[in-house]
Amino acid sequence: MMIAGLSHNAQWVLLGTLILGTAAGIVGCFAYWKRQSLMSDALSHASLPGVIIGFALVGSKNLPVMLAGAAAGALLGALLIHWIRSSSRIKEDAAMGIVLSVFFGFGIMLLTMVNRMAGAAQSGLDSFIFGQAASMVQRDVWLMSGLALLVLIVAVVAFKEWKLFLFDAAFAKGLGLSGRFMNALYLFCLVLVIVVGIQAVGVILMAALLITPAVSARYWTDSFGRMVILSAVFGGVSGASGTVLSAYGNGWPTGPFIVLSAAALFIVSLAFGTRKGVVVQAVQQRRLRKELTKPKTERRTAEGGNAV
Amino acid sequence: MSYAGWILLTASLVGVSCGLVGTLLILRRMAMMADAISHTVLLGIVTAFLVTRELSGIHMLIGSVAAGLLTTLLVQWLHSLGVQQEASIGVVFTSFFALGVVLISTQAGNAHLDIQHTLMGEITFIPWEKSTLPLLGDVPEAVVTLSIVLAIVLIAIVAFYKEWKITSFDPALALSLGIPAGLMHYAFMGLVSITTVASFDAVGAIMVVAMLITPAASAYLWTDRLAVMMALSGAFGILSAVFGYYIALWLDTSISGSMAFATGIVFMFSFIVSPKHGILAKRLRPTASSA
Repeated sequence: MMIAGLSHNAQWVLLGTLILGTAAGIVGCFAYWKRQSLMSDALSHASLPGVIIGFALVGSKNLPVMLAGAAAGALLGALLIHWIRSSSRIKEDAAMGIVLSVFFGFGIMLLTMVNRMAGAAQSGLDSFIFGQAASMVQRDVWLMSGLALLVLIVAVVAFKEWKLFLFDAAFAKGLGLSGRFMNALYLFCLVLVIVVGIQAVGVILMAALLITPAVSARYWTDSFGRMVILSAVFGGVSGASGTVLSAYGNGWPTGPFIVLSAAALFIVSLAFGTRKGVVVQAVQQRRLRKELTKPKTERRTAEGGNAV
Repeated sequence: MSYAGWILLTASLVGVSCGLVGTLLILRRMAMMADAISHTVLLGIVTAFLVTRELSGIHMLIGSVAAGLLTTLLVQWLHSLGVQQEASIGVVFTSFFALGVVLISTQAGNAHLDIQHTLMGEITFIPWEKSTLPLLGDVPEAVVTLSIVLAIVLIAIVAFYKEWKITSFDPALALSLGIPAGLMHYAFMGLVSITTVASFDAVGAIMVVAMLITPAASAYLWTDRLAVMMALSGAFGILSAVFGYYIALWLDTSISGSMAFATGIVFMFSFIVSPKHGILAKRLRPTASSA
């Protein structure tokens, strides 16, 4: 797979963002049907302090440690949201907003402090905010792709269980599928995708890669299986094309370009999606109106005949 | 006034305005809408800058209110097309924010507007950008803008206090009384937008969310009365701003980040010890409500 204008490293990165986008598209569908689209936004913001603490502990850029820190931050955020919501009168949306902004503020505090450390400025910590795929080396891509593949496998192997869990939790329980286990597995997948994605897409926009492909796919089909496949394709295409686009400029952040690619696919789906696309619906309505108005006389006689 | 004095005054103005608006956000369960608007305001500011090529207050205010209202409209429209509310918020604001960042990094690269600024604000520069006012002398521009916005917010809240209260707590009653709930909704989103953009310079896109949501959520744990909640929320906003400033001085770190962190400390404190809805109080008298 040689793509003109891209260096050898960039091609590896491209493969990585392709796999990442695919995994995010699939997990995004789960999040959509759990009505937790914005939860992914809160969790990805909450991972920032973890990344910085991971960096500070080792003292140099060590991706596995930083990603472990990110996962810890995101899980702590999820726990706090759950705790605040369940033991006080604060609603879920406010709890998410609190965790999101306070964790992110804390992350920025730590980032400013760590950036003063020797060598930290070159470590590319800033690239975790908006994502910088170009900063990834081959080893990072391997790690990222490996984790994303893990999520893909979990999603595909247990597909029937996911479907049951999302659409008929009571029936799933009756069949002996532990709701608690599935919830944990879901959170595990969500956090893993976020953690894997933050280096390429950044903590601020990671949520878009989980939300937008799923919503776009919703415009094409009512079948959950097809929605997941479409969403995975949309996610993969957005990840890859965003990476290519951002490679054309010097130091352009990758995340926003990936998100804009996803948004472009969303606009196309919104207009032409076969299930509820705006243009498609307008055309159908017009055709229906024509059918109802044009052969009025024929219909009238038919109706009249029935009545008599 | 001294350098630190101006910074503290600016931050306190942000705290009060956000605290007041945030109270209504919490009660109307629109906290995540504030998150969305604080992100899309960036696109409004960038567009205004690219059109007029200047970073003056009024253009930015207009651009951001337009962006805020556009966000509200789009979210509503997508929701009416059958997308879940949460998901439509997520799609709209991430796309707008991405567009804003792309425009900054490709078009406005060497201007005053940079990505760092939009995220964290530039509160340390605010005391230097002064404008001269009659009677008051040299006052930082941000303080002037924030004071005007605070005045607008106060007037809007006081003048329509009853309407806000009814539309927030009992939308059905509001409808039957003939209060235009839809108009109130958009007016409120306009208020959120101007508060956000005025605070944007001082604390940046993400910290605005902390200032809007967290003090109000903390106040919600202390009282059941709207007026008291608003006063408390404003006070918590100021407290967090001042507290955050001194944390930042102590650790020599980002001021806006520390302020966001400080709102979290105030919230955690309220969450644990509030006599009405705190978890300690609940644990100490677990059967009080049933008895």
